[in-house]
Amino acid sequence: MTMSDTSAVSSSSAPPEAAMPGRSWSAWFVQTPGVLPAATFVAIILVWEASCRLFEIPSFVLPAPTRILGGFDAVSTGRWAEHVWATLRVALIGYVLSIAISLPIAIILARSEILSRAVYPILVVVQSTPVVAIAPIIIVALGSGDLPRVVITCLITFFPLVVSTTTGLMATPPELIELSRSLRAPVIREITQIRLPFAIPYIFSALKISVTLAVIGAVVAEFVAADKGLGYFIQFSTSMFQVQQAWAGLIVLVLLSLVLFQAVTAVQRIWFPWSLPTERA
Amino acid sequence: MTAAQPAIEFSDVGQVFRTASGALEALRGVDLSIGRHEFVAVLGPSGCGKSTLLRLTSGLIRPTSGVVSVFGLPVAEPRDDIGIVFQKPTLLPWANVEDNVVFPVRHKTGRVTPEDRANARIIIEKVGLAGFEARLPAELSGGMQQRVGIARALFMNPDILLMDEPFSALDALTREEMGFELLRIWEAQPKTVMFITHSISEAVLLADRVLVMSERPGHIVENLVIDLPRPRGIETSNQKAMHDYVGHLRGLLLKRAA
Repeated sequence: MTMSDTSAVSSSSAPPEAAMPGRSWSAWFVQTPGVLPAATFVAIILVWEASCRLFEIPSFVLPAPTRILGGFDAVSTGRWAEHVWATLRVALIGYVLSIAISLPIAIILARSEILSRAVYPILVVVQSTPVVAIAPIIIVALGSGDLPRVVITCLITFFPLVVSTTTGLMATPPELIELSRSLRAPVIREITQIRLPFAIPYIFSALKISVTLAVIGAVVAEFVAADKGLGYFIQFSTSMFQVQQAWAGLIVLVLLSLVLFQAVTAVQRIWFPWSLPTERA
Repeated sequence: MTAAQPAIEFSDVGQVFRTASGALEALRGVDLSIGRHEFVAVLGPSGCGKSTLLRLTSGLIRPTSGVVSVFGLPVAEPRDDIGIVFQKPTLLPWANVEDNVVFPVRHKTGRVTPEDRANARIIIEKVGLAGFEARLPAELSGGMQQRVGIARALFMNPDILLMDEPFSALDALTREEMGFELLRIWEAQPKTVMFITHSISEAVLLADRVLVMSERPGHIVENLVIDLPRPRGIETSNQKAMHDYVGHLRGLLLKRAA
């Protein structure tokens, strides 16, 4: 263990035994999980703060981290919770709806080559449409309220889910399909007991991408028309030149995305541990 | 071959596959007959249609011409009395050993009875995996995974066992060990075995009879009865007769390849 550690610390030509005592601290620094990225993060914040003060950067260009912290106080905790909930609700409803739509579509595409050929180009067209551009049109068509926002979130999230799930459904070992046919099992069980479980790793990689896209979808919808939500808050703050507030909103948004991403990862780890890449030393 | 009705019979079977690059004739004029509880190995160059024989027998595909019969009846669809062991174990990665073994009944009927589970544990013990019932495939070696594959094929208690190069993915030592293990299982509970392989010594060591196939379009060019005493084991591989059989088959395959 220690022998291989030293090579990671430094490529110095000194014999490892002689160098060990002086290196134990730096070895700890490099090896302990989380320490290195945390230190990098702190360093960036410090450089940021120092630069803002040293070069007297105007706060509307780049507010110092301490000023951004002040931005959190601009609204009450209750208002923050309202904004977070508004964005989270739309993102989650859109996400769940998107999963409910894309799984059956994927199953149909994987089963029928003709339907796949017919529908796939349309899916690509939908995916190629910039969501930011179509959002105002959808808002006008569907009015205010959650519905248009949920639709926008669905539009941005369902494509990776459909494509990845379809790929997963097709990636089943052909031997197991032959086994299924040799047992004359009903097709529905071929899907539920073989194909869908085999697609789980593919589905989860898409679920992880889509959950962060869902937040983006909700924010885009809020940019166009909303009176609540983190997207609305950021836009409102910038229009008032309260840039530190906008930054505070942005940070909350990033944290929200990270928490959702980790939640999906946790679901996979807890209920589908076999679908994770094997971690072997 | 027994005087009774053969378990598997091919008469003048031809198989043509339609592919993107045109018709591919895999088999032409295949005649063969495998008696009940006979262990027959099929040997031949790669791509000669060995696996096609197996899939025809299982009823997964129908012959383009000729007739494939199992126990006297033409094969029209997959039958319940046939178990298949694939080249790769192809287990369900999320299911433990026991759940993998009972999978055929879960898949066919949608439910598993306590009786099925008891049955599975007996078979798991028979293939030498007692104590590993709750392990996941990823925790097993390649040889152990293939034991699970064999247990899964035996679970429905088939009369016929079709094996498609089942040990070719294993290292040489494990492969030999698995061969003897298979013979032990087969001798305790005789079944008709159609064993596809490209290893000459494996074919001779295991089988009552070796069928040699030609290159495409495949047909049977040799039918060699292996008259070696059973039960066979390590000492069988050292017998002169064994070497004679292997030498004869190697000569035949080399001559055809030349």
